[in-house]
Amino acid sequence: MKNNTDLGKFGTYGGRYVPETLIPALEDLDKWYRRLKVDKSFQRELSGLLINFAGRPTPLYYANNLSRHLGGPRIYLKREDLLHSGAHKINNTLGQVLIAKKVGKTRIIAETGAGQHGVATSIASAVFDLKSEIYMGAKDVERQQLNVFRMNLLNSKVHSVHSGSKTLKDAINEALRDWIANVQNTHYLIGSVMGPHPFPTMVRDFQSVIGKEIKEQVHKLTGKLPDAVIACVGGGSNAIGSFYPFVNDKKVKLIGVEAGGKGIRTGFHAATLSKGRIGIFHGMKSYFLQDENGQISEAHSISAGLDYPGIGPEHANLRDTDRASYPYVTDKEAVKAFIQLSKLEGIIPALESAHAIAYIIKNAKNFKKDETVVVTVSGRGDKDLQIVRECISGSEVGIEKNMQAKGIGLEDGE
Amino acid sequence: MENNVTRTFKNLEHKNEKALIGYIVGGYPTLELSRGIIEQLILSGVDIIEIGVPFSDPMADGPIIQDAFTKTLNCGIAPKDCLNLVKSIRERHKETPLLLMTYSNILYSNGLEKFLTQSKNCAIDGFIVPDLNFEEADDYLKITTKLGLSTVFLTSPNTSTQRLRKIAVSSTGFVYMVSVFGITGSRNKFEKYTFESVSRSKSIVSSYGKQLAVGFGISNAQDGKKMIESGADGIIVGTSLIKIITNNEHDQSKMMSELDIFVKELKAICKVPN
Ligand SMILES: Cc1ncc(COP(=O)(O)O)c(C=O)c1O
Repeated sequence: MKNNTDLGKFGTYGGRYVPETLIPALEDLDKWYRRLKVDKSFQRELSGLLINFAGRPTPLYYANNLSRHLGGPRIYLKREDLLHSGAHKINNTLGQVLIAKKVGKTRIIAETGAGQHGVATSIASAVFDLKSEIYMGAKDVERQQLNVFRMNLLNSKVHSVHSGSKTLKDAINEALRDWIANVQNTHYLIGSVMGPHPFPTMVRDFQSVIGKEIKEQVHKLTGKLPDAVIACVGGGSNAIGSFYPFVNDKKVKLIGVEAGGKGIRTGFHAATLSKGRIGIFHGMKSYFLQDENGQISEAHSISAGLDYPGIGPEHANLRDTDRASYPYVTDKEAVKAFIQLSKLEGIIPALESAHAIAYIIKNAKNFKKDETVVVTVSGRGDKDLQIVRECISGSEVGIEKNMQAKGIGLEDGE
Repeated sequence: MENNVTRTFKNLEHKNEKALIGYIVGGYPTLELSRGIIEQLILSGVDIIEIGVPFSDPMADGPIIQDAFTKTLNCGIAPKDCLNLVKSIRERHKETPLLLMTYSNILYSNGLEKFLTQSKNCAIDGFIVPDLNFEEADDYLKITTKLGLSTVFLTSPNTSTQRLRKIAVSSTGFVYMVSVFGITGSRNKFEKYTFESVSRSKSIVSSYGKQLAVGFGISNAQDGKKMIESGADGIIVGTSLIKIITNNEHDQSKMMSELDIFVKELKAICKVPN
């Protein structure tokens, strides 16, 4: 694969498209990151935190009931939901805060959609006694009040963003504006494999711990590589983290599941690689949902963490080179998978992760009975209980009626 | 090669004047009115016009320009409307530099070459793209050079000398210096670092035969005067103009007379006594 990582290019994607004011900070960050990446004491400190504070390694659990229920393949769940904070985001936030501390930044800013990355940023900042401020769209603040309280409790200031669509993309705009104004003392802790170089590379490296563990764990259990690795894709960090150690193992199928929202023909979805066009936004060249004039569209998903109109540049390249595929799953399918995994396995997944689960439920028949499939459960579902609760009233018919009332589409994917 | 931008600076130099550069949002508050506003600005003494092409997510802009973009997009204004706006202004103003200022995605989303060619056909002189740096600009520079379009790159107070040299080389006519750490319309009082970087940047840029224009947050003649005293060859005002337009949206004649007064004040300090 041709990856010119010097310029942060993945094929023709990625790069660094930002106002000049940010370039020195990005160059500096890149330099520091290269140095610390091979620095033994930095790596020791980070891995100590991941083990003792965050709870790594996470288990790889054989989902016996689900596998049996579907009649194969053999499904393993990578349990990122068991990490401290309840999602994979902390793999990245601990790494970046540690870098910020070494670089001498005194203030951390971050964007958040559902609040998971905001919470993980607040936690990591608390560990290192750094001030942190979180940008969150006004709509998301409304939808995720408990996470706002959680961030406040963890000593973060939450800024409610009222510009544009008042969701994640606007929170990122506002965080970038803050960074431009305060670049001297502030580190912008981007929460996914997106944004200008070096973020897509750096965040991927921090999240690759997921895939490295999967590889070891599967090998220990089966003596082989898995046949497929499946993960949900918002910006794409838990997916690339799961995929990256397998990219050169061409036999391992890599499947990133996007949010199909109310159905990709409705316009209300976040299926960037199915429906987006190449563009330049948030500092990178990649695929984006946009109109015919290049205005960025709003994304829609029942899961706030997938509600982003772009995708990390490395995924764009993996798709274009046919190394990975990016199907989508609708809101309805994700809610059903959320319920099904809870009932069958006693594991309540995040709605984001439920997209990956829904994919294997739908497509189990396309795998051989004895194949090994790993599904990354990127987070736990506590944050989504309210929204799923509102969807349920016992019977299947009731669920559909409630979802319709809530404006959740009932379309099945393909 | 001479073009409207370089010719304007040369003429100003002969008259011992600095350039006054005015930014407005294309199609704001309406397409028709924005044409009238540009006519007014030129009449009152603006030397170079920058037309902002509205973008859904302007990361380098403050709330005033964001709001103007949002309102304009809600009225259905598309980039091609801004191109046609320039085309119609050009009929009456052959030599006034008319530059488009917009974000990369507007340029790239339907094919860079296509957009640049359309722009050329509408008599646009060149581009200012706040999220495009020279490292990512190979294709852009190749096509703009081929089409004879001007390219203005931005520099910032924290830009290294080494980078500024490359920025100067890649720019046609002038380099756009962002005055502060911040976005457009920042209400900071200018600090010493701004004036120091104006002088430093001016000396580097001029060694490449390029001019230095300073913008972001200039809201009155005193600010502009200090920029010029520090070495700026031009001053750029945007947010302050948009504010006048927004405040007088429903009283066109008051809008025009306030724009006229403001522009004349600024132009006065651009005339440097011998
Ligand atoms: C649990 C969980 N999974 C997935 C995501 C999507 O992000 P990414 O695609 O970067 O993994 C989020 C984002 O908030 C999340 O909270």
